[in-house]
Amino acid sequence: MTPTTERRAFTVGLVGNPNAGKTSVFNALTGAKQRIGNYPGVTVEKAEGKLELAGASCRVIDFPGLYSLAPISVDEHVASEAIVGDGRPDLIVSVLDGSNLERNLFLFSQIAEFQLPMVVAVTQTDTMDRHFHLKCDDLEKALGVPVVAVVAHKGIGVQELKHAIDKALVDKPIPKIELGYPKVVVDAALRLIEHYQSQGMSITEAQARTLLLDPGRATNAPLLATQDLENKVDEIREGLIGAHGQTKTLDAQVRYAWAAHVKRQTVSPVDSPKKRKTDLIDRFLTHRVFGLAFFVGLMYLVFQSIYSLAGPLMDLIESGVGAVGGFVSPFLEGTPAIQSLVVEGLIGGVGSALVFLPQIVILFFFIAVLEGSGYLARAAFLMDKLLGWCGLNGRAFIPLLSSFACAIPGIMAARVMPDQKSRLVTILVAPLMSCSARLPVYVLLIGAVIEPQFGPWWAGFALFAMHFVGMVVAIPVVWFLNKKVVKGKRLPFMLELPQYQWPKFRDVWTTIFSRVKVFITTAGTVIVAMSVVIWALLYFPRPDLGSLEREFRSLPLTNQTSVSLENYQERRQREDSILGRFGKALEPAFVPAGFDWRLTTAILAAFPAREVVVPAMGILFNQGSDVDESSQSLGDALKSATWPDGRPLITPWSAVSLMVFFALCCQCMATLATIKRETGGWRWPAFAFLYMTALAYLASVLIMQVGRIFG
Amino acid sequence: MDKTLTFFDLRRGMSARVLELVGDQVCPRLVELGLLPGTEFKVTKVAPLGDPIEIRLRGFSLCLRREECGCLRVQEIAKPPGKKGSAS
Repeated sequence: MTPTTERRAFTVGLVGNPNAGKTSVFNALTGAKQRIGNYPGVTVEKAEGKLELAGASCRVIDFPGLYSLAPISVDEHVASEAIVGDGRPDLIVSVLDGSNLERNLFLFSQIAEFQLPMVVAVTQTDTMDRHFHLKCDDLEKALGVPVVAVVAHKGIGVQELKHAIDKALVDKPIPKIELGYPKVVVDAALRLIEHYQSQGMSITEAQARTLLLDPGRATNAPLLATQDLENKVDEIREGLIGAHGQTKTLDAQVRYAWAAHVKRQTVSPVDSPKKRKTDLIDRFLTHRVFGLAFFVGLMYLVFQSIYSLAGPLMDLIESGVGAVGGFVSPFLEGTPAIQSLVVEGLIGGVGSALVFLPQIVILFFFIAVLEGSGYLARAAFLMDKLLGWCGLNGRAFIPLLSSFACAIPGIMAARVMPDQKSRLVTILVAPLMSCSARLPVYVLLIGAVIEPQFGPWWAGFALFAMHFVGMVVAIPVVWFLNKKVVKGKRLPFMLELPQYQWPKFRDVWTTIFSRVKVFITTAGTVIVAMSVVIWALLYFPRPDLGSLEREFRSLPLTNQTSVSLENYQERRQREDSILGRFGKALEPAFVPAGFDWRLTTAILAAFPAREVVVPAMGILFNQGSDVDESSQSLGDALKSATWPDGRPLITPWSAVSLMVFFALCCQCMATLATIKRETGGWRWPAFAFLYMTALAYLASVLIMQVGRIFG
Repeated sequence: MDKTLTFFDLRRGMSARVLELVGDQVCPRLVELGLLPGTEFKVTKVAPLGDPIEIRLRGFSLCLRREECGCLRVQEIAKPPGKKGSAS
């Protein structure tokens, strides 16, 4: 490239097997200049970065890992479409795991047939050197394109790779490989090519072979435009099967034979390889007793950290947001509506998004460390059987466990699952796990009703049991979702246990940083917008405080002493707000579940975030919003609350009904916003919301009606 | 020794060779991963709950569920596969 030519923007695509070290190469090439988005219409994530070279500036795309160009999963479909479809990259960097050359070369051999400019980056050479010696020059000769050995996290080979990319953008090296198909296949392909030529069309030898050996491949369809062509292909294939026997594994056998041959030429085993450390560690960590014990202990540590470490940080964020609100508030004193909108709607909304950050950071710290060290795959290996029988797989364990602390990081963690169907099912049931925001409701009701009547033993049991409700309900839900709702075939479970290594600081940091960024920019904005809407529903219409005061003064004197004027006014305002009126209108529907209009309105107010229910109940039961779950006054107010006809409102049955409602209902807009972000549309969050709300309502009605029979 | 086995018969430490893939719908994933007629492999791990199992072939290891390898027919072999573990 001469200095006078304008710098053109090139596209460079990173392609390789899952676990080949693609992401590390991507991070090393692009540094912090990355953007994570979604491929249009699917849940597959697209990572893009910028790379400035001496001769060109490039857009680097990290394609999803794939085993073959014949796509089975959605990820693979997206990747193979992008690699060989229209708009293909100017250059492909094929990332090959040097310690697993044979299988990686299988994919290389498929891409090579598309005759695109390619550069090869061989990874894992640092773990290999002790046992193997890879001859890059020989590999270069065998493949026909430049080969660079890269140890991304140590920076070894990164400059060389950049240089090779820069050069290849000009030279355009095309792979030259000799797969060595049996003569019958070559002849049959030639006959097919001739037939196409006689029809005035031209196909490559690779296309002809694919038509004959892999009838199911999607790229075949455009080549089979007419019935005549289809018949000809079938005819030649029949002849081939007659001459060679069955052909369904023939193509793969030829490619693997070639790959084994290249590997023999280029990787020379060093004498007496030491027993790998990994095998030694695995004897312990996948042992049927120690392995499971270690796993349980580790998960306990992860869960405890999310649960308890995040607490103080979340309090800090909440008080920080409160302080900002308190600082801004006086400036808007003159316009109370705007003051309330800014302080409660906007700043409060930002706070309710930021408050999830500690849990997200802590969980993704653990996930990045576990993934980077190689343990995450072991966890899936150990847990697969346990989760497999109800239609999930081992990789769902961490997302579901984290959801017991909070569904937001849990749903985001589901991206460790490569199988889109299992991932979607896991995302949809994650909010059923009893998150920590449900705890205040349990504590309030158990403390107010169960403990005084049945004693501490039953109170403890009730709290424990409430954490199981969602999990037990999730089992049939998973079964149903797999059977009826989530389309697509479940992929066979397939997992590689990578070698153990120390997690790389940079990868851990990049993972956390990109997750936080994605959460704030996508889910965060939705959360703030929804808070403003809910604020408006609770704020309007404005009451006439003077008439409310006259109303208060006209109450019987005993009522006046038990309730303060402010609390009364606040309660009446909520009662008359749009949401309160809605709650009253819905009361008849919730009576079978044992809820009056106050509980109904509290439930409605808690739809954006279930932790709001305790202050909402405080207001609606005349105790003001400044209450928490251990508040004695609220507990007493609940116990003495009655229906208009004098029956007690909160009985053990209605308390259980209410707790189960909270256990099953999807009262968390942040969860819905996160599902939207992770599934790329409103379809699945809407589904999650509807199925969980329906489930919660039906379960509550069932409990209350059973309770009525037993008294 | 020359009995035809399925993946349900495999035990830890066993070495085996793939005989054939049966059924109309050959599991395409297994073919891509190189589990082809003639491929030798060794069972290196069995999960504590009995499934999945990890096998080693062609210089890499892979965990699979026994049930999902239903289309494979294998044969136990006496000695462990060669270091390369490649198709013969």
